[in-house]
Amino acid sequence: MTYVKDGASLERSKTDDPMVPDLYEVKSLLRELDDTFTLTVSLPGQMEQFRFSPGQFNMLYKFGVGEVPISISGDPGATGELVHTIRNVGPVTDAMSYLRPGDMIGVRGPYGSSWPVEAAVGKDVVIVAGGIGLAPLRPAILHCLNHRDQYGDLVLYYGARSPSEMLYEREIERWRRRGLHVEETVDHAEPSWTGHVGVVTHLIDRGDFHPDKTLAFVCGPEIMMRYAVQALTDSKVPDTQIYVSMERNMKCALGFCGRCQYGPVFICRDGPVFPYQKIAPYMKTREI
Amino acid sequence: MIKGLEHVLDVHPIFAGMDQETRHLIAGCGKNVVHEPGDYFIREGDEANVFYLIRHGRAALEVHVPGREPIVIATAGENEVLGWAWLTPPYRWHFDVRAVEQIRAVSIDAVCLRAKCKADPAVGFAFYKNFTPLIASRLDATRLQLIDVYGQPKAAPEPELESGPPAKPAPPKPADPQ
Ligand SMILES: Cc1cc2nc3c(=O)[nH]c(=O)nc-3n(C[C@H](O)[C@H](O)[C@H](O)COP(=O)(O)OP(=O)(O)OC[C@H]3O[C@@H](n4cnc5c(N)ncnc54)[C@H](O)[C@@H]3O)c2cc1C
Repeated sequence: MTYVKDGASLERSKTDDPMVPDLYEVKSLLRELDDTFTLTVSLPGQMEQFRFSPGQFNMLYKFGVGEVPISISGDPGATGELVHTIRNVGPVTDAMSYLRPGDMIGVRGPYGSSWPVEAAVGKDVVIVAGGIGLAPLRPAILHCLNHRDQYGDLVLYYGARSPSEMLYEREIERWRRRGLHVEETVDHAEPSWTGHVGVVTHLIDRGDFHPDKTLAFVCGPEIMMRYAVQALTDSKVPDTQIYVSMERNMKCALGFCGRCQYGPVFICRDGPVFPYQKIAPYMKTREI
Repeated sequence: MIKGLEHVLDVHPIFAGMDQETRHLIAGCGKNVVHEPGDYFIREGDEANVFYLIRHGRAALEVHVPGREPIVIATAGENEVLGWAWLTPPYRWHFDVRAVEQIRAVSIDAVCLRAKCKADPAVGFAFYKNFTPLIASRLDATRLQLIDVYGQPKAAPEPELESGPPAKPAPPKPADPQ
C-alpha cells in the first residue's frame, strides 16, 4: 500500500486505495476560541454523495505534516460542505490552523459509529459535553433540532473551563430558541458571568429529566466522561441508555493497524461512539 | 408563617428522613429572606451563623483577590443549600456570597439550630447525617475543578510500534505554502 504524501500527486477522483484521501478545498476558517477553529471544506461536484451520521469522523490530512482524526461537526441535514471544529494541540492541528480559503486538504471518511439518534426517537435526549467535546455532538444536536417533534425533552449540559472557552456561544442561543434546554457551567468565572460555576456533573445531579425514557450522549475529556456517566447512573439512567465517544491516537482509521486499540475494541472501527455498557470495564481499567 | 416554612422543609431533600417534630423545631429557627441582585449577603471572615435554602435565584461564591476582579468559584441555585461553615467551629465564612439574580430563600438561624442540636442529640445526629453527603459532594466537585478536566492532557509516551511510527515533523511556519 502506498501512502501518498505529496498533495500535488493526488488525483482528484477517489482511487480504490482506502488510505488515499480525496482532495478538498478550504472554504473558510473561523476562529472560535484562542486555540480552536472551525474549518469548512468542500469537494465541488461531489458533496451531494457525501453522507455522514452524527458522531462520525474524517481523517484530515495536512500535506507534508500529517493526518489526524477529526469529528464532523456540521449539520448532517445539509450537503455541500464538510465542517470540522478543531483544537490546536500539536503539529498537525497547528498547521491546519494556518489554512486559508482556496488551500487544499486531504479527507478520508466518514468513519466510525454514530450517536443513536434514530433509537432516541420518542425519548428524551440528555447531551453532556465538556470543552471541545461539544463539536462531535453538534451534528446530533442539529439532527434532533431538525426533527424536533420526534423527540421529547432535549437537554444540553455543557461544561468548560471558563466563559471565554465556551464553544458556539451565539449558536447555543439559537439552539435554545429551537427547543433545546441548555445549562452551561464553567470551572471558574469573572463576576459578569451569570451562568453556573461548578463541575458539569453537578448539572446532571440537579437535572430535571426522566431517567427511564432518556438516552444520554456524553463527549469530552475522558476523565469528565467517567464522572458524567457516574452522575447519570446515580440519577438512575440505565447504563444501557448511555453513549460515550472515545478518542485514541489513530493511524489507519480502518481497523487494520491497531493503533487505537482499546481493550478488545478498535476505536476507529467499533467506535468512536460506544454504548457505555460495552466499554465500561475498560474505562475503569488502568493503563488502557 | 411557621406553617409556610414547615412546608418548605417538608419537601426539601436536606430534611429528608427527619420526623415532623424535628422539622417543626427547625422551622422555629427559620425565616424568609430576599436578596437583590448584586447584594453581598455573606462576607469572608464574618461569623457563620446562618445557612440558606435557596427557593429562587442564584448566588455566586466569590474569592476576593486584591488588585483584580473577584473569582467566582461556585454557584448555588434553586433548591440548593448554601453554607455549611455554621456546622464546624470556628463558624466563619470562607467566601463572599453575592446574589447574581434576586434570591428568595429560607434562612435558618444556626445559633438557634446549634442550641437545639446540643439539647437533643437525635436532632443533631439527623442534621449531621443529612449535611455530611452535601459536604462530601462539594469536596468531590472541588477536586474535579482542581483537576482541570478540560485542559489539554500532557502527552503520554507513545508505545514504540515494531515498524516504528513516522517521526512527527516540526510545526510549519505560518506562511507554509502547502
Ligand atoms: C475519533 C476522533 C475524533 C476526534 N475529533 C476531534 C475533533 O472534532 N476536534 C479536535 O480538535 N480533535 C479531535 N480529535 C483529537 C485529534 O485527533 C487530536 O487532537 C489530533 O490528532 C492531534 O494531532 P496533532 O498532531 O495536532 O497533535 P499531537 O502532537 O499528535 O498531539 C498533541 C497532544 O494531543 C494529545 N492527543 C493526540 N491525539 C489525541 C486523541 N486522539 N485523543 C486525545 N488526545 C490526543 C496528545 O497526547 C498530545 O498531548 C479526535 C480524535 C479522535 C480519535
